[in-house]
Amino acid sequence: MQRYLLRRVFQSLLAMLAISVIAFALSQLSGSPVDSMLPQDAGPEEAERLTKLWGLDRPVHEQYFIFLGNALQGNLGQSIKWQGQSAMGLVLERLPATLQLGGFAIIVSTLIAVPVGVIAAVYKNTPFDAFGKIIALLGQAMPNFWLGIVLIWIFAVHLKWLPTSGRGGLSHMILPAIAMGWFQVAALMRLTRSAMLEVLDSEYVKLARIKGVPEWRVVWVHALRNAAIVPLTYFGLIAGSIFTGSVVIETVFAWPGTGLLAIDAIRGRDFPVVQAVVLTFAGVFILVNLLVDTLYAYLDPRIRYK
Amino acid sequence: MHQVAPVIEVQNLETRIDTKMGPIKAVDGVSFSVRPGETLGIVGESGSGKSVTALSLLRLVPKPAAKIVGGAIILDGEDILTVSETRMRDIRGGKISMILQDPQTSLNPVFTIGSQVVEAIATHLKAAQRELLNRAVEALRHVRVADPKRRVEDYPHQMSGGMKQRVVGAIALGSNPKVLIADEPTTALDVTIQAQYLQLLKDIQAETGLAIIFITHDFGVVARMCDHVAVMYAGRVVEQGPVQEIFSNPAHPYTKALLSSVPSVEEDVERLYSIRGQPPAFWDMPKGCRFAPRCDQAMSKCEADYPPTYESPAGTQHCASCWALEDTEWTPSRS
Repeated sequence: MQRYLLRRVFQSLLAMLAISVIAFALSQLSGSPVDSMLPQDAGPEEAERLTKLWGLDRPVHEQYFIFLGNALQGNLGQSIKWQGQSAMGLVLERLPATLQLGGFAIIVSTLIAVPVGVIAAVYKNTPFDAFGKIIALLGQAMPNFWLGIVLIWIFAVHLKWLPTSGRGGLSHMILPAIAMGWFQVAALMRLTRSAMLEVLDSEYVKLARIKGVPEWRVVWVHALRNAAIVPLTYFGLIAGSIFTGSVVIETVFAWPGTGLLAIDAIRGRDFPVVQAVVLTFAGVFILVNLLVDTLYAYLDPRIRYK
Repeated sequence: MHQVAPVIEVQNLETRIDTKMGPIKAVDGVSFSVRPGETLGIVGESGSGKSVTALSLLRLVPKPAAKIVGGAIILDGEDILTVSETRMRDIRGGKISMILQDPQTSLNPVFTIGSQVVEAIATHLKAAQRELLNRAVEALRHVRVADPKRRVEDYPHQMSGGMKQRVVGAIALGSNPKVLIADEPTTALDVTIQAQYLQLLKDIQAETGLAIIFITHDFGVVARMCDHVAVMYAGRVVEQGPVQEIFSNPAHPYTKALLSSVPSVEEDVERLYSIRGQPPAFWDMPKGCRFAPRCDQAMSKCEADYPPTYESPAGTQHCASCWALEDTEWTPSRS
């Protein structure tokens, strides 16, 4: 177990390092940052001063290590668009809003998708199963930005039940969470259903019934614990897409999170901030996947003892 | 001769399965009984209805496609086809239990051996965790799992196939059932392990007076394990009786054919005997005897009507359903 986890932590660090290379390369490819940082009337001496200051006259690999050293200290430079603020500071300031919305969306989708998937498997080919299939189909077919706009139109503009946009209490989270989570609910539900169908057909489920174990325990303990591996794997992936998805959803709902910041930063060619967003999203994604791997080991002893 | 009453008596059991080709009767009027301490072998080829019969005895036929539609299963004086599902759960694992074919897949991979045996016991006995664990260790010792105290912490993937099948045995026998169904429990094991396992079942039976229903297609295992045999073909029992009788004096052409398909150590043959043709499809059953299309002795009568059951004149409860017995010393069975 410890060896397994240590290996996973080590792999995560490697992944993080690889991402830092990509983030660094992106800034190199986008031309000299000095041009975008300087006021238009600045002279060449000023440019040279900044080039020296940022170490841009040194070889690329040296520049990377300077970048990495700074990044490790959380220093990704100053924002270009928002003068006087550090790039990382801006991201960290907005991160709680994104985590709040994303976390809410993920938790609610899981709490809906897994039980519905299990019940659909137990009652396969019944009206309940068909209903689940329709919900899943709708979720998979609707693009989230479109769904967001339609939800606003119906529930905020016409019915006036919920606010159109912005961050506030629970009522502000409902529409963006639905827009973000429906697609995930659909996929998670279908995966849970198919994994459960396979497990429910297994011999150990038959043996549990032979023992006289009550049916609810057969389904929710014996079968689900085995079937959970599949949706859990997907859970690690959707955690990533929830954050990348936040770029779209936060724009639609004017949710003041990192996604909205990313859009603003890209529009303003604010590379330090874009870099900080990319690194932060990657970090959160890797962390969630590390958590998923730990849960794997908890769920399945065959992984734990390898 | 005084004999104890059967612990399980199956009368005219009928189980229907809905398939794409329409409803079929996978078990069609099967009757047998087993006394405490006895072993009944149910033999037949794949698809003859053996396993569906076994699952019917536990009322665990795959829902919603399959359904028990007729007959009675009297277990310990109670017709289990009429009891509630809650009562049935007490009976499952409590009075009647089952060992499945493949030990590699019968145990839940994510729970420890101990918790799986404990669960089997706890389902039928309210007791403290400590006490349950002690009983689980005892149950494992009973099926000769070495060092059971340490083994309860293990997961299934840490055990060999033979060891796993013992654990399945401990789970099945954890609550001291009166009837054990063993559905080809040794098919997936090595020959040496197989012999050990069969001996283990026999020893436990001698100790506890367990009635065993042994499902197999292996006549060697039948000879070794069983007191009585029921031969199934296409959902029906075509012949049943004491093991020696069936082996020395088979009456039904299908039983004869099956026995001649068994390789013998004494005779050196080029090719093993095989029965021509295929078993009938359930949705396209012959009107008369189901074996008639493959039978060398088939008469016109055989194709017209299903033969009645005849009883052997030897008075050994040896019965067979075949028209060829009509004008012999065999008498039509009353039941």
